[in-house]
Amino acid sequence: MIAIENLSKTYGNLTVLKDLTVQFSGGRVVSIIGPNGSGKTTMSKCILGMVLPDSGDIKYNGESVLKQYAYRSQIGYMPQIGKYPENMKIRQVIEMIRDIRKDAAVIDEELIGLYGLQNMYDKRMGSLSGGTKQKVSAALAFMFDPQVLILDEPTAGLDPISAEILKCKILKEKKKGKLILITSHIMSEVEEVADEVMCLVDGALKFHETITSIKQHTNEERLSRAIAKIMNEED
Amino acid sequence: MNKIIKYVLYDIVRNKIIVAYTLFLLLLSIGLFNLGGSPDKGLLSLLNLVLLTVPLISIVFGTTHFYNSYEFMELLVSQPIRRSKIFMSEYLGVALSLSAAFMIGVGIPVLLFAPGATGLYLVLTGVFITFIFVALAFLASVITRDKAKGIGIALLLWFYFALIYDGIVLFILYSFGDYPLEYATLVLTALNPVDLGRVLVLLNLDVSAMMGYTGALYKSIFGSLWGIGLAFAVMVLWVLVPVLASRRAFTRRDL
Repeated sequence: MIAIENLSKTYGNLTVLKDLTVQFSGGRVVSIIGPNGSGKTTMSKCILGMVLPDSGDIKYNGESVLKQYAYRSQIGYMPQIGKYPENMKIRQVIEMIRDIRKDAAVIDEELIGLYGLQNMYDKRMGSLSGGTKQKVSAALAFMFDPQVLILDEPTAGLDPISAEILKCKILKEKKKGKLILITSHIMSEVEEVADEVMCLVDGALKFHETITSIKQHTNEERLSRAIAKIMNEED
Repeated sequence: MNKIIKYVLYDIVRNKIIVAYTLFLLLLSIGLFNLGGSPDKGLLSLLNLVLLTVPLISIVFGTTHFYNSYEFMELLVSQPIRRSKIFMSEYLGVALSLSAAFMIGVGIPVLLFAPGATGLYLVLTGVFITFIFVALAFLASVITRDKAKGIGIALLLWFYFALIYDGIVLFILYSFGDYPLEYATLVLTALNPVDLGRVLVLLNLDVSAMMGYTGALYKSIFGSLWGIGLAFAVMVLWVLVPVLASRRAFTRRDL
């Protein structure tokens, strides 16, 4: 569904992505892990066209997405820290995005309902807590029934109940054949929702395997230990 | 595009600054027309004040608006919209609302107290200056990510066009006073939209007789419809070049 080919990106002297090649197919939940600053967010932003790569290509269903924009109607994005115009109300933000994506066939308002966002529609974005902003981001990401979901540390600011709601939603969407990319640091959570783990270290691919095969070849029961083992092995 | 402009305009209108700007211009214009006696005098004083304040307000408002809408643009960039569309909507939103404020604040008093070609030129010049300086503001904000730096560059641009440039021109005129400078000054004028606007309006005020040979040359060029057309064409260039340059920069940078 998404193929990243020889992607490289530098910010000044800092190399964030180094010749990264990886493929993702539909109906899977892929967890992107890696130390801080290993290029996880940069990779997601490259897919979205927010960050422009220095070289390499990203293909969505076989077509390059560089300098394109229409493909983004198939992507739902939940940023790590949602930034919204401070003086807009929740209602206005949601209505604006719906207005912009008028041609979306399906409107999925499940998360708005589950998070009770209607009760807060008249609050300004600037007055919301980090967690509530996360809920708005999540609701917007899932709203237009996109084929690909990119969730950047989705549960980082959420309370346990809201995080649980989100995980259920992720699994539900996966069953519809969608591709879901999640960056996360919480291994238990990765184990719960993900099928595959992709690990980035210093902007290069360390490994990209299914969780079962990782556990198998490291002979570990728990994913966190298995991954620690792989990381230590090669040092 | 209209959809996004709608939200940009909505954001600007709720911001009271644009209303204050309109009232300020309105007060200024009505005051000057009532002080001056003859409408021509009023126009002349109005011209000088407009050429000082409109660029300043446009450039400062444009820069701060750009930085304040950063979140808004970031939100839109992940949506299926062309980046250049987001940029142009922001630009047109700011430029159109400031122009509307100018047309109400200066256009209406001019229509009431000094209707005629000169007044029309003054209003047109003001609108062009607004578009040009908002474009320069966006250029300054696209170049740097740092808000303080961006506003600094914007203010420097204003200083340059509104104050320093005239000093440089005067210096050149005095230093090379022994040479025929008529065409050189013409080019120098075209290189500064504020001066271009000033000359355009002044030449219609019949004070050009006091400007010597250069004034006579200006009169012969800008007095004709062809010359005025050329002057406005240069103004259009002054809008397009910074707008297109900053749009290009905006579509090629990381957000």
